[in-house]
Amino acid sequence: MSFLEVLNAKGWYFLGRLLEGLPWTVASFVCSLAFALVFGLFVALLRLSPWRLLRIPAVTYIEFFRGTPALVQVFVIYFGLPDIGFQPSPFQAAVVGLGLNGAAYLSEIYRAGIEAIHRGQMEASLSLGMTPARAMRYIILPQAIRTMLPPMTNFAIVLLKDTAIIFAVGVSELMSNARELVTETLQSAVVYVMVGVIYLCMTIPMARIAARLERSKQAWQ
Amino acid sequence: MNPLLRIVDLHKRFVSLEVLSGIDLNVARGEKVSIIGPSGSGKTTLLRCINYLEKPSSGHIYIDGNLIGEKQTNGGYVHLSDRELAKERQEIGFVFQRFNLFPHLTALGNVTIAPQKVLGLSKDEAERRGREMLEKVGLSHKINEYPERLSGGQQQRVAIARVLAMQPKLMLFDEATSALDPELIGEVLRVMRQLAEEGSTMVIVTHEIQFAGEVSDRVVFMDQGRIVEQGPPRDVLLNPRQPRTREFLKHLQER
Amino acid sequence: MLQLPSIYAEYIHRWLPELLYYCLATLAITGVSFILAVAIGLFFALCRTSRYRLLQTIAIVYIEIARGLPIVVILYIVYFAPPQIWPGDWKWFTTFLGAVIGLGIHGGAILAEVFRSGIEALHKGQREAALTLGMTPAKAMMYIILPQAMRIVLPPVGNYTIGLLKDTALCSLIGANELMNDAKSIAFADYQPMAVFVLVAAIYFAMSYPLSLGVRYMEARMSVGR
Repeated sequence: MSFLEVLNAKGWYFLGRLLEGLPWTVASFVCSLAFALVFGLFVALLRLSPWRLLRIPAVTYIEFFRGTPALVQVFVIYFGLPDIGFQPSPFQAAVVGLGLNGAAYLSEIYRAGIEAIHRGQMEASLSLGMTPARAMRYIILPQAIRTMLPPMTNFAIVLLKDTAIIFAVGVSELMSNARELVTETLQSAVVYVMVGVIYLCMTIPMARIAARLERSKQAWQ
Repeated sequence: MNPLLRIVDLHKRFVSLEVLSGIDLNVARGEKVSIIGPSGSGKTTLLRCINYLEKPSSGHIYIDGNLIGEKQTNGGYVHLSDRELAKERQEIGFVFQRFNLFPHLTALGNVTIAPQKVLGLSKDEAERRGREMLEKVGLSHKINEYPERLSGGQQQRVAIARVLAMQPKLMLFDEATSALDPELIGEVLRVMRQLAEEGSTMVIVTHEIQFAGEVSDRVVFMDQGRIVEQGPPRDVLLNPRQPRTREFLKHLQER
Repeated sequence: MLQLPSIYAEYIHRWLPELLYYCLATLAITGVSFILAVAIGLFFALCRTSRYRLLQTIAIVYIEIARGLPIVVILYIVYFAPPQIWPGDWKWFTTFLGAVIGLGIHGGAILAEVFRSGIEALHKGQREAALTLGMTPAKAMMYIILPQAMRIVLPPVGNYTIGLLKDTALCSLIGANELMNDAKSIAFADYQPMAVFVLVAAIYFAMSYPLSLGVRYMEARMSVGR
């Protein structure tokens, strides 16, 4: 049967089977994003601290996690940790792996955002009599957040696409369901194209939002 | 006698704003015409229309008797594309306010690239011509420098040499010294004066009223998209007839 | 984890040569996909910046789709879909070919946007100056715009290359013979997954870090001026 014939006959059934994996995709995305947002901030603050003792581990962490593939990192956590006693579930390994990877990238976004605003604004705030902490809270961070929103949104899109690799450690998300379905029905073309469309339905709207944020940031600057 | 440049009833609208409201202008071969006027008068737009960097909304332009920028179709006239305009633009030289030198080429490179790639000269011929032009503007010692290492005045002189290397019939100067520091203006005006004395046909948009007076055969005063007054410098600058011309010149003296 | 040094002492003389051999495959995939991505990217960047609406639209559609899909999905579609739709002799379609095409399609979309911003970053005056000298738009693009744009895009292209190198690990998921795939075989053959994967991470790092430093050096030089 041709592509369109299969699509017509089994399309809805395939869609239903594939979407069974969607909750796992979304869950891994949300959890690793949360992990990366929090841990990334922590790493960024270490990176920005005036003490070498704190900066060096942060820099090492960032360089290493950005310099190695996310897939390897997830594998190390899932297959490697049992060696020392921890047996993570596939989902846990995926979230921690993608989260650690993401934190490395996010920390650089945080750092760029804060440094971009830092100098003159801080000086102006201090000369007005604010404490550094007040300046940070009312002047620096609000501006930094607005600067960071577009790259953070772009990062989120990348993270969502990265969840497609975690089937390799056994998480039953979209790709995993797709492969199962193909094993059963041998309809690789229709199934994988459908998976692609499902991903596009998520990433393209996100990209639009990111573009709008970028435009409003430029207008504001 | 056939004018080199003939502008007939030129209009230019940007959306709802009419920037040029019916310009008629003739420039004879070898004539030097300066265009002065307040900002917003449309002088730069007029200049940019002559080589079709801006496309006129209506009106026609003729160089050496030939209609440029448009072709006649059975309905009326249609603007030419940039690709079709390229040939016509070879004969018109344009000097920009902000030089627009090519930063990835040396001074010599800037001057020789068009002769080579547009006119088809060999590398040697192009370089010979290029060196000659750079010497003419007084920059023989800088031929291998990149634009970022040159002062504003030097960059503008390279830009002029770049235009000369194409041996155009007509040269257009768009506020060539307005972006320069005061002490660098002189060297560029010197080159322009030399070109004028050699007989080039020049249309100069400028704020340098004194220079305009010294070099031009004719001064044109524009305001709000129209030519208000034109004539020999002695008449327009020293004894203007129109009140608006008088007001503009008085304003300049006060500054 | 504390046993790592002793594990390495025992196995590394066996693992390392094999892993380094597969590094060559990784570098080969990276190199060929890079070339393909640059070609595709340049083509679509020119389409995107052309004045023909149709070309612009085609470029936009391609870029949005190829960038919005996870690389794994692209790889799966490229490698598994054609043989299934058109039955026949597909032995020539190796995993290497599938990997390179998949990575090239994705990379082409990324580089198209990089090249486009490089072209658009140039001051409008450059194009005007070229046109006033009598160049056609095509000549202006070839001799004036693109040479400058290429210089501007060097750092983002460098960063893309580093990402590409890491992305080759994903090709293991369609069975390509490269570093990650070999790592998996060794790890499970010798029952030492932690040791092997950490070693492989170090190897990837050893390949990408010099590139990182190179890109940073380039960025620094470009901001100071030539």
